Amino acid sequence: MANEPTSFPFPPPEEPSSVKMIAVMGSVGLIASILLVATFQLTSPQIARNKQAQLEAAVLEVLPGATYFKPFSPTDAGGLAAVAEGDTPDLTFYVGYDSLNANALVGVAIEAQGQGYADVIRILYGYDPACECVVGMKVLESKETPGLGDKIGLDPAFLSNFEALDVTLGPDGETLVNEVILVKQGAKTETWQIEAITGATISSQAITDIIWTSTQALLPLIQNNLSTLQEGS
Amino acid sequence: MTTQEEPLTPLLPRTEPPSDMDTFIKGLWRDNPVFVQVLGMCPVLAVTNTVINSVVMGLATTFVLLMSSIFVSTFRKVIPKQVRIASFILIIATFVTMADYVIQAVSLEVHQSLGAFISLIVVNCLILGRAEAFSSKNTIGKSMLDAVGMGVGFTFSLLCLGVVREVLGNGTFAGVSVFGPQFEPWVVMILPGGAFFVLGAWLLLFNWMRERKKQQEEVFA
Repeated sequence: MANEPTSFPFPPPEEPSSVKMIAVMGSVGLIASILLVATFQLTSPQIARNKQAQLEAAVLEVLPGATYFKPFSPTDAGGLAAVAEGDTPDLTFYVGYDSLNANALVGVAIEAQGQGYADVIRILYGYDPACECVVGMKVLESKETPGLGDKIGLDPAFLSNFEALDVTLGPDGETLVNEVILVKQGAKTETWQIEAITGATISSQAITDIIWTSTQALLPLIQNNLSTLQEGS
Repeated sequence: MTTQEEPLTPLLPRTEPPSDMDTFIKGLWRDNPVFVQVLGMCPVLAVTNTVINSVVMGLATTFVLLMSSIFVSTFRKVIPKQVRIASFILIIATFVTMADYVIQAVSLEVHQSLGAFISLIVVNCLILGRAEAFSSKNTIGKSMLDAVGMGVGFTFSLLCLGVVREVLGNGTFAGVSVFGPQFEPWVVMILPGGAFFVLGAWLLLFNWMRERKKQQEEVFA
């Protein structure tokens, strides 16, 4: 059976030349790229404006009292410098000022991230160098369980932990006096404690860890360069 | 010996050539992409947790469906059979990327809540299915009607799920509170599991209605 010559009842359909296929694919690709470039050119200014507005709203939300802000980034020499227009450094501090109060320094908004219950949580928190405390926190991005873990960004009781969270630096200027820790609901006695959300302990712990790690690493840098930030207004 | 000849029944019911209106209407109801064809389940299950997400996803899919149908049916005689799938996907991906930019320009928040599912419209089998089964064989006008019909049917189906899930799962309709503050939301409805429950319930309803219609037709016949 296998040796029998196979015969087609019909001649196989003629193959179009590969030149034609390439030409057609090429033209489709060309039209596609023209359309894409046109759309990108038309929408990119609006997208940039949207992103700027979103960032602005978030920064001013975590720094109550601030009316405008300027981005700063760390320099190689261990100082801070204003970010030049168009630059996108790895680490940016959004320094907020109050134009109604002689452009006084209000605080610094810092972006931080860490592992949550589901995927990475990105937050923005506001740090007030004068009272040495966290004055606001906003969840920028999280995939925490709706109805449970996502309360970290919605629950007013939980967010009130970050209205005056003590993160005072010790006399050495390098370490925090008190460790920021998570306590059970109703067990908060000190200003450096964060009260957990019942049923969302892992997400609450994640926020605590993110703030603890980030403040430990960055607060000395900010306190050492306060004069730069004040003059930066 | 007498043989009683059975009347020959055709294998397929003979259909009239569909009118233009039928091309449009069939996507809404008889061939509804979600409840009848059960196509494009990925966005149906994933992004119908709120009414707004459902509407945006439905409209974005309709836009891609319409534009790619116009393109595919315009070039249907030029594109060789061997490279048709590659060409169709390229055309679809172009319009998906355009929709992606436009949604970002209109509202970043909606774009963030839809996440990767906008880009995933490329692999929605509904769109490639219509390109392959309909617009590559029909005139531009008919393809447009078919695409709009299917798109509206798809949007309608997403809304069917989105309304139930948001109202029960969050107590709101498009962000507006429905039941007042004392309502305890059924959180499971906005979780992935809720999507399966609601889809199952709608499929049950649609199949029951179809069955009933069939029985009625048999009675009248």
